Amino acid sequence: MESYLSLFETYDVPAAFWVNIQLSFWSAIWALALGTVLALFRISPILSLQWFGAAYVNIFRNTPLTIILAFGFLGLFSVMQISLADDLNLSLFRIAIVGLSLYHAAFVCEAIRSGVNTVPLGQAEAARAIGLGFLPAARLIILPQAFRGAIAPLGNVLIALIKNSTVAAAGSVAAESSSLMKTMIEFRSDLVIPIFLTFALGFVILVIPIGLLTTWASRKLAVAR
Amino acid sequence: MSAQQVLFDAPGPRTRRIILICNIVGVLIVLAILAWVVSALAGKGQFAASMWTPFLEGRTWEFFILPGLLSTLKAAGIAILTSVTFGLVFGIGRLSHLAPIRWIAGVVVEFLRAVPVLLMMIFFWLALGRSGAVEPQDAPLIAVILALTLYNGSVIAELVRSGVYGLPKGQREAGMAIGLTRNQSLRNIEVPQALIAMLPALISQFVVILKDSALGYIITYPELLQYTRRLGVGEGNVIPSLLVAATIFILINFALSSLATRLSSLLTFRTRAGKPAAKDVVVMDPAST
Repeated sequence: MESYLSLFETYDVPAAFWVNIQLSFWSAIWALALGTVLALFRISPILSLQWFGAAYVNIFRNTPLTIILAFGFLGLFSVMQISLADDLNLSLFRIAIVGLSLYHAAFVCEAIRSGVNTVPLGQAEAARAIGLGFLPAARLIILPQAFRGAIAPLGNVLIALIKNSTVAAAGSVAAESSSLMKTMIEFRSDLVIPIFLTFALGFVILVIPIGLLTTWASRKLAVAR
Repeated sequence: MSAQQVLFDAPGPRTRRIILICNIVGVLIVLAILAWVVSALAGKGQFAASMWTPFLEGRTWEFFILPGLLSTLKAAGIAILTSVTFGLVFGIGRLSHLAPIRWIAGVVVEFLRAVPVLLMMIFFWLALGRSGAVEPQDAPLIAVILALTLYNGSVIAELVRSGVYGLPKGQREAGMAIGLTRNQSLRNIEVPQALIAMLPALISQFVVILKDSALGYIITYPELLQYTRRLGVGEGNVIPSLLVAATIFILINFALSSLATRLSSLLTFRTRAGKPAAKDVVVMDPAST
């Protein structure tokens, strides 16, 4: 027990989780913004934008996140020498956020689109009947209801994003939790199982409240029909 | 209802003009983004012929891409079989009428779904490699398969459970009426029907398994991404190599996803007696990498 507790003096486990939370937070914001725009593209009457939205979703949804994040490090950072900050680690951190956002935006788009599918036809007809065009109808009538219908799938995307933030290890973000777990197991192979359970429990604690919260919110905010 | 029909009317002459202008602007913006990416890549010489000629040589495919693809497919294929088995066992466990079995299966499934696959993979890799339970060179493959099985098996267990819940109550009652026990009715009547209903979601989960097998890259399993990285470092064409690897993954996964979408509309047609599909989006589990 004592040797287990001494792990926390040697290694800063909460700091590693804090890196994952930051990665998830910024990626969630960017992915939500990009995903909403893509969803608008896909439901718009404009063929070229529809096509672009569909192509984006199909490409990013079917590429392994590991390749995207490895590309960020091997391709963008090493070969293209793209730097998003003066500090090396901060730059890699931001490149990982870009990769995570691009990947999850495809899933956000699909989640919102499934939300749009829950909006009854009558709502759009009513919007047209009072003279709203595509954008005002989308902004005032369709999207607010679609978001409320999309809370549960969006919550699933957020949960996946938090768990996927560990893959930033492929983008050489060394401070995040899966990399720290690897280091800790390598140096303390007598405590393999306690170390794994510590990290696993950390993610359970992060993820399960979000699942409960989004289930509750999707019921509470569901549009009564 | 398809979103396109929901959101707008048949356009009149003015709207058609606006749509045409937006179309042109949209195409221009997309082209501008593409041109920017291409010029950035060309600026670093990524379109030089020497970057791409390795892919015309037989040895590139023989020694790098095909072995990589083969070990990716090997890991994913085994993991698909084991996770379906795991999913069936725990899905039926969660439906058991014995409370302790239901409870244990529920805790296991919920726990495994909440833990990142990569954490499990690294854990099995180091734990197996160090304990000497398996040959050190086999540890990465076994770790990849174990981690993929535990995570995706739990997702499939949930699919089985929701599939059985979605069946009409009469199915179980009919089973009981002809004298089957609850377990017999579950295994012989309910689960087989649930499996057909969940086929599209199951195939989407196979896509997730295939994508997640690329995580093996991080734990030194020599799969497609690992091989293409080696190729890229060796030939000095990292970006083209990674693009080729990504394209291979996209082609396989896109074929599987289209199959899932097709099956979904086919099955809706079959089970809803000709009513139009209520939902035309197969929402894929995003818990995927």
